Amino acid sequence: MLNDFVVRAVIAGLGITLIAGPLGCFVVWRRMAYFGDTLSHAGLMGVALGIMLGVDPTVGIVITGLVISLLLLGLQQQRRLPTDTLLGILSHAALSIGLIAVSFMDKVRFDLMGYLFGDLLAVTTTDLIWIYAGGACLLTALAFIWRPLIALTVHPDMAVVEGQGRLPVRLTFMILMALAVAIAMKVVGILLVTALLIIPPAAARRFATSPEGMAGATVVIGGLAVVGGLAASFTWDTPSGPSIVAAAALLFALSLVAGLIEDARHA
Amino acid sequence: MTGSPLIEIRAGSLSRGGRSILDHVDMAVRRREIVTLVGPNGAGKSTLIKVALGLERLDTGEVHRAINLKVGYQPQNLALDQTLPLSVKRFLTLTQAQPAARLQDILGEVGVPHLMDASVHTLSGGEWQRVMLARAILRQPDLLVLDEPTQNVDTAGAVEIYQVIARLRDAIGCGVLMVSHDLNVVMAATDQVYCLNGHICCSGHPTDVSRDREFQKLFGPTAAATLAIYPHKHDHVHAPDGTVTHGSVAEGCGHDHHHPHAH
Repeated sequence: MLNDFVVRAVIAGLGITLIAGPLGCFVVWRRMAYFGDTLSHAGLMGVALGIMLGVDPTVGIVITGLVISLLLLGLQQQRRLPTDTLLGILSHAALSIGLIAVSFMDKVRFDLMGYLFGDLLAVTTTDLIWIYAGGACLLTALAFIWRPLIALTVHPDMAVVEGQGRLPVRLTFMILMALAVAIAMKVVGILLVTALLIIPPAAARRFATSPEGMAGATVVIGGLAVVGGLAASFTWDTPSGPSIVAAAALLFALSLVAGLIEDARHA
Repeated sequence: MTGSPLIEIRAGSLSRGGRSILDHVDMAVRRREIVTLVGPNGAGKSTLIKVALGLERLDTGEVHRAINLKVGYQPQNLALDQTLPLSVKRFLTLTQAQPAARLQDILGEVGVPHLMDASVHTLSGGEWQRVMLARAILRQPDLLVLDEPTQNVDTAGAVEIYQVIARLRDAIGCGVLMVSHDLNVVMAATDQVYCLNGHICCSGHPTDVSRDREFQKLFGPTAAATLAIYPHKHDHVHAPDGTVTHGSVAEGCGHDHHHPHAH
């Protein structure tokens, strides 16, 4: 019989997959992998903020994520520095400030490794509520902006001329990203969040002919990675977060092989 | 021509980073009129288009748009990311659902009826331009704005696309504002040319513009000459007695009697 904590880990992992799948597709389509990194690096600052304010660290992570997103939007209005440079500044400044803040907290019991690499096997019922309640809100909001966001991804000016609001949609998307990263950090930790966002969609691309199809395939592949990674973690006592990411990378490699075989058949 | 302009820019000036991009530009597009912007790289053509679309604001000057103006816009350089799977059908309906029959009709009108379910990533340059044109006319626009509608298309294909644009103008009755580098072919279907180089160097009917000294200075006498060849062919087609007119452009004026000429 399976232990409670294994069941909770699987339920949590699959919940994260449902959230990360569709959002991760946009991260790939909009070339925002570095933005995901920045949000997760800022997460450590959020954890410190949460502990200092005496609230749940997830709240702190969401708040810093939102602040970083708004800062980025603001900084993008000046056109001298490109976005990846801005992200590099925000990302590493936030990470450094977070590490400094954590160093002041030697009085508080603080599991830095847990935040850096995540620990799915330590997921609590409160975490599950965060994942599923937060995830439901997040996916509902994403469904509302889905069409305009795809139009804006294809060509911003064209979408604006056709009456789509650029700023509200982008702002909503950034908020959703901040939320998703805060939630996903539970599973794989700060260092591996982006992997969970971009590897499953990259593996799914081959099998999709529409944006929605790709989001669906991403969820399936992400789910397989979670179950496979946890099984490996349980069997060989490997760390859960890295095991899930490694499983996702393996699935990506398999998708490449499948693609090569398919191409050879058509040739 | 026909009524008040769909869009009119008066004394429009705009600079970015201390560099003047548009300098007191006057331009207007009327219903059923095809207006072409020509000019060297960096002349501000795309910026002027964006001003007309309301995507960029002028520093000084005025933009007047007809009330409830519906615009169909085909942007320049729309290169789709390979990671986003998209069929032609889906591309056409990105911001607005449309009945399949209508999509089929529109694709037929631009000459690619077989591409409905094709992936946009597998199209040739010419097919892609036609699909983008189809997308721009899908909303029955009053004004069609096309930024280099024949980019990555060979000359024969470009001629065809300009014919399609002229035909659509007749069918929908919209005004057309476009940017083009195909000096020699674009003029066939153009009513009004604006030669832009920060400021408007010259404007008018293609025949007049090709003889303008400013235009010749900008594009060289050779380009001006190729430009002037076209109206001859046009004369030939439209000559009232059916004879071929080989006279010089200055004398041969049979190409279009609806436009006032400044000689």
